[in-house]
Amino acid sequence: MNTKSTVEIITEWDIVAARQLGRNEAKEIGFGAVDQARITTAISELARNIYLYARAGEVAIERISEGGRVGIRITAADKGPGINNIKKVMEDGYSTSGGLGAGLPGVKRLMDTMDIQSSIEKGTIIIIEKWV
Amino acid sequence: MQYQKIVSDFLSNQTERNLYIGQNFIRQLIQKKVAPEEVINIHKYAMEQLYPDLPEYISHSYDFLIEIMVHFGLTLKEHQSLLEQQEELRMEMNVATKIQNMILRTKIPQLKDIDIGMVSIPIRKMNGDYVHFLGDKSHVSVAVTDVVGKGVPAALCMSMVKYGLDTLECSTNAPSHILEVLNRIIEKSVDDSMFVSMFYGTYNVENGKFTYGSAGHEPALYYNSGKETFFDLESKGLLLGVMPEVKYPQYEIQLQDNDFIVMITDGATDFRKQGELDPRDVIKNIALSCRHLPAQEMCEKMYAYLKKLPDFDLEDDFTVVIFKK
Repeated sequence: MNTKSTVEIITEWDIVAARQLGRNEAKEIGFGAVDQARITTAISELARNIYLYARAGEVAIERISEGGRVGIRITAADKGPGINNIKKVMEDGYSTSGGLGAGLPGVKRLMDTMDIQSSIEKGTIIIIEKWV
Repeated sequence: MQYQKIVSDFLSNQTERNLYIGQNFIRQLIQKKVAPEEVINIHKYAMEQLYPDLPEYISHSYDFLIEIMVHFGLTLKEHQSLLEQQEELRMEMNVATKIQNMILRTKIPQLKDIDIGMVSIPIRKMNGDYVHFLGDKSHVSVAVTDVVGKGVPAALCMSMVKYGLDTLECSTNAPSHILEVLNRIIEKSVDDSMFVSMFYGTYNVENGKFTYGSAGHEPALYYNSGKETFFDLESKGLLLGVMPEVKYPQYEIQLQDNDFIVMITDGATDFRKQGELDPRDVIKNIALSCRHLPAQEMCEKMYAYLKKLPDFDLEDDFTVVIFKK
């Protein structure tokens, strides 16, 4: 049951496909309506970042479980320009002031955990998780 | 559930009272940091309980709202977090202000031969003006400084000026020397955009001579009681910190009984000219009208008078120091 589904993000409509996949999975795992909306929004933001800044990448969604708990893990990976200063993008008011969206701090708030790995010119991997 | 009852009351009776109860309830939820999307969900649930036959499209419309409100929730959370950060900064700022006030605390010397008064009012929390007194048995010196620039950077620069003055204290009283050394210190260590203006004067208790020099500072006003006239204590000298190796000339006047010197920062003369009236003339007139008072009271009267002027909106730190023989 630990399958991983992946959506490639190339066009704007792929963002919708990633959302759909995430919502279906979240519903199946047993998240309530509000959390489903939060998870989908988080996926949407990450996919949008890929579409806007990295041109291409992928979003993978999987079910996770640990000690009787279940949850969802989303991995967004791209080969874009990378994030120069991770601390800076995690500051409130940094990306949102330009009206770019929820920003990474927002994504983090929607989920339980968030992990960013990024290197300049090589790309970025962001992993977020939320438990039921 | 409480919310369900409130909604039900309102739906059966659309009174202001029921709306008011609803608002009070929401206030509790906000205090508990319940997100907006959560509130829609509570509403949806309440409606489904109250009306088991609720049309599907109504339910769906709530789902749509939940989706949309997630972004409002994020904006709200970000706002809350920024407010917390602001509060932290404010507290740090308060501590820094206390430290600055402690570092820059000035005690007005009490001497028999010369009466000294001072008023210094900061426009923001941190004062960009600084008055430094030093003295021994034979001399009393004063440095009236104004950092060009405001807030924290100005305050940091000011501490440097203070330590510079403290260090120079024992070696000399000559204004030209003190200004030269301070200029060198500031020029070397401070950002190019930061300058300090300073009027430095030293009074010789034994012979009644007042020696002064200035680095780009507002000229002090000297009242000669014998001639019943004011003179500007002008002195050419560049602001501190602009260029290395600047020379500062010094001048000397002989004070007689009832003479006084008014040293100010440009915050005191920064009000718009009232018709033909020169701000410096306004200050001279006030000083003249209360010259019978002790120096401290003169300073206080002057600030009280200027504050009341319709055109005087304090936009800069205000400082006045009076030496009166």
